[in-house]
Amino acid sequence: MSSIAAAVPGRTRKNRTWIYFLLPSVAIMLLFFVYPILLTFFYSFTNLALTGESAKELKFIGIDNYTHMFKDPTVRTGIWNTIVFLLGSAVIGQQVLGFLIALLMKRKNKTFRRIIGTVVLAGWVTPEIVCALCLYSFFGDEGTLNAILGFVGAKGIAWLYTMPMFTVILANIWHGTAFSMLVFQAALDDVPSEIEEAAVVDGASRWQILIRITIPYIKDSITTNMMLVTLQTLGVFGLIYAMTGGGPGTATTTLPIFMYNQAFVNYQLGYGTAISLLLLLIGIVLSLFYIRSMKS
Amino acid sequence: MRPGNRRLMAAGAVVMCTVMAIGCSSQSGDGGKTSSGKTTVTITYRDDGIGEKGVLYKWIKEVASTFPDKSIEIKPTPIQASEGDYFAKIALALKSKDTAPDIVTEDTFILNSDAAAGYLEPLDERLKGWKDWSNGSFIEAMKKGVTASDGKVYGVPYNTDSRGLWYNKDLFKKAGLPEDWKPKTWDEVLDAARAIKAKVPDVVPIWMNMGKATGEATSMQTYEMLLYGTGERLYDDASGKWVTKSQGITDALSFIETVNKEKLGPPLSKVLNGQAGNTASREYLPKGKLAISLDGSWIPGNYLDGGAAPWPEYKDVLGFAPMPTSKGQAPGSITLAGGWALSIPSNAKHKDAAWAFIQYALNKENTAKLVIASGNITVRADVSKDPAYTKMPFNEIATDYLKNAEFRPAQDKYPEVSTQIQAMVESVATGTSPADAASKYAQDVSRIVGADHTMEK
Repeated sequence: MSSIAAAVPGRTRKNRTWIYFLLPSVAIMLLFFVYPILLTFFYSFTNLALTGESAKELKFIGIDNYTHMFKDPTVRTGIWNTIVFLLGSAVIGQQVLGFLIALLMKRKNKTFRRIIGTVVLAGWVTPEIVCALCLYSFFGDEGTLNAILGFVGAKGIAWLYTMPMFTVILANIWHGTAFSMLVFQAALDDVPSEIEEAAVVDGASRWQILIRITIPYIKDSITTNMMLVTLQTLGVFGLIYAMTGGGPGTATTTLPIFMYNQAFVNYQLGYGTAISLLLLLIGIVLSLFYIRSMKS
Repeated sequence: MRPGNRRLMAAGAVVMCTVMAIGCSSQSGDGGKTSSGKTTVTITYRDDGIGEKGVLYKWIKEVASTFPDKSIEIKPTPIQASEGDYFAKIALALKSKDTAPDIVTEDTFILNSDAAAGYLEPLDERLKGWKDWSNGSFIEAMKKGVTASDGKVYGVPYNTDSRGLWYNKDLFKKAGLPEDWKPKTWDEVLDAARAIKAKVPDVVPIWMNMGKATGEATSMQTYEMLLYGTGERLYDDASGKWVTKSQGITDALSFIETVNKEKLGPPLSKVLNGQAGNTASREYLPKGKLAISLDGSWIPGNYLDGGAAPWPEYKDVLGFAPMPTSKGQAPGSITLAGGWALSIPSNAKHKDAAWAFIQYALNKENTAKLVIASGNITVRADVSKDPAYTKMPFNEIATDYLKNAEFRPAQDKYPEVSTQIQAMVESVATGTSPADAASKYAQDVSRIVGADHTMEK
C-alpha cells in the first residue's frame, strides 16, 4: 500500500495537503459520531430523565444503571429476544433464503431473473415502516391471512398475539432478503464455470458441487454478508415497533425496543442510554467475531 | 471492482444520501409574528387521531374566533400520539425554546413532574390579578390538582372526571341481569361478566384498558381503580414512601388475571394497542358488542351530536354504576379523579398573550362549552349550576361519585412509576403470574424512586 501511496503525486511525506481534504470528514465523524457516543457514555452514569426533578438536576449515580441492568429480568428477555430475532430473521432467514434464490436464479434466462429479482427487491426498497404496516394488515385480526383462511373454511387466529415473534421474523425476512440475494448473486457469478464443469465431468453430484466447490469459493462473501445483515438486524426498531410495539407483554421486546421504552415511554433517559451501550457492545463483539472468523 | 461490489456500493450510496437528506431537512421555526404583525399563540394538545373533528380543536377554533384581542392569533398545534406517547413528546417539546408552544394542555398527573423539571411557568403572580380565581368561581379542591409540591400553581384546570362501570342495559336484560345494576363487590362484577359470557355470545363481557400503549388510562382507570378499592394506596403519605409490596397489589392483579384467564375481557389484539380506549367507547359500546366498561365519566362526550361517534340512544341504553370496593368494605365504592389544565411553558415566547387567552378561554361560558362538548365534569362552581350543564345525562351521577374520589400521588416520580404499572398490568394480561409481575414492579420502582423511598406492607 505504501509503495502505491508514494507513487501517487501529492501523497508524499513532504506534501501533506491530503490531510486538509480529510479534515472535513474527520470533523463530521467526531461531531456526529464520536461526540454523541461519548455523551451517551456519560449519560449512562447519570439519572437523566425526561421529566421530574432529575430532568433539571442531573445527578451522577455511578454504575447504578449498569448494576440494575444485570438484575433486570426484562434485559435478559430483551437479549434473548434479540438473539432469536437475529438468528431467525437474519442469520438463517435472510441468508439462507437469499442464497437459495440466488442459486436457483443462476444461469436461468434473463426475463426469469429479472421478474424474480424485482419481486424480491420490492421488499427491500419498501421503507421499513411501510413494510411494517403491510405485514400488520396481513397478519391482523381482520387481515389478509385470516381472510384467506376464512375463505377456505379455517378459523383465523390473532397472529400478532399468539405468535408475535414469528410474525416479526417473517416480516424482517421479507424486508431484508433481497440484500443477501444481491450479495450472493454477485458472489456466485464469480464462481468460474470451468471448475464446476470439470466437477461434473468428474462425476460430482449437484449437492457435492454446492458443498465442496461453490460454498467454499464464496466463503468470504458469506461472512461479510453475515456481518452486514447481523448489524442491520441488531438495530431494527421501526418494523417491530409498528407491528407489535414489543408486545404482547415483552414477547417481541428486543433491545432497541426496550431501550426506546425506557428512554421515551418510561422517561428514564439515563437508563435508556446504558441499554444502548449494551447494544453497541453486542454489535462490536459480533463484528469482531465475524472479522476474526474471516481471517482464519 | 467486481460487479457485485459496485452494486453494493451504489446501494450504499443511495442509502447514505437518503439518510443525510432526511437528517439535514429541518422544520423551519415559527417566529411567532405573522406578516400582518399579529402575535401567534400556539396551543398544543393531544389529537387522538380524529384531527379537526376533535372536541378540543373545535373548541379552540370557536373560542379563538370570539377572542376580543384581534392582535393575537390562536393557532392549534396538536400532537398526534397515543396517550402513552403524548407526554414524552410534550416533555421533549417543552425542553427547547424552539419547540415549546405558548400554551400546553397538561394532565394533572404529570403537571407536578413537569413543574419540577422546570418546564412550566408558575402562574401565582398572574392569578392574583384574575378575579375568577379568587372569588370562588373555581372549586377550591380542584386547585390542589394544579399546585405542585413547591406550593406554586402551574396551570388553570379546565375539567375533572370520575370513573366507574359503564354498562349496556340491553345486553344486561338479555343476560337476565338487573338494569339498575349496583354491584357491591368485585365478585359481583365478575359474576355479571360471567353471566354475559354464558348467555350473550360474541359480546365482550368486560373491558378494562390493560396495555402499555393506553398509558395513563391503564394505570388510572384499571389498576388504580382496583388497588384503591382494596384500601391500599400507591404511596404512603405518612412515611413518604412508595408501596412496592402489599396484599392490595396482589388482589388487584389477580382480578386482572381472572378476567383474562376466564376470557371475560376483550381480545388482546384489541386491548393492547394505543387505540384500545377508542375501540371500546366509540365502537364496541355503541354497537352493543361490549357489556361492561371500566372507564371514565367523559365517555358520553363521544355520543353527542358532532362527537366522535354520535349515538343518541346512549342516554337510555347506558348505565353508569359505581366501582365497588373489593369486598364491599367502606366506603362501598371507589373512584379516582384526574383532570386537565392549561399551562404556560417556561420556554413559551408569548407568555402575556398566552395568559390573556387562558383567562378568556376558561371563563364561565367558554369552560361550559368545553365540558359539555367533551362530557367532562367542570371544575368551576358557577358552571356546575348552569342548566345546560346539569341537564346532560350522567353529569349529576358522575359528580356524585367525586364524593369518594381519590387522587393520584402528587409526587414528581408518579409518571415514571405509572409506566411501570402499565408494564405490570400488560404482563399479567398476557399471562405472567401476579406474583412475578409484582416483584418486577417492586424492583423497577425501587430503581426509580430509590430503595430508601419504598416500603412493603
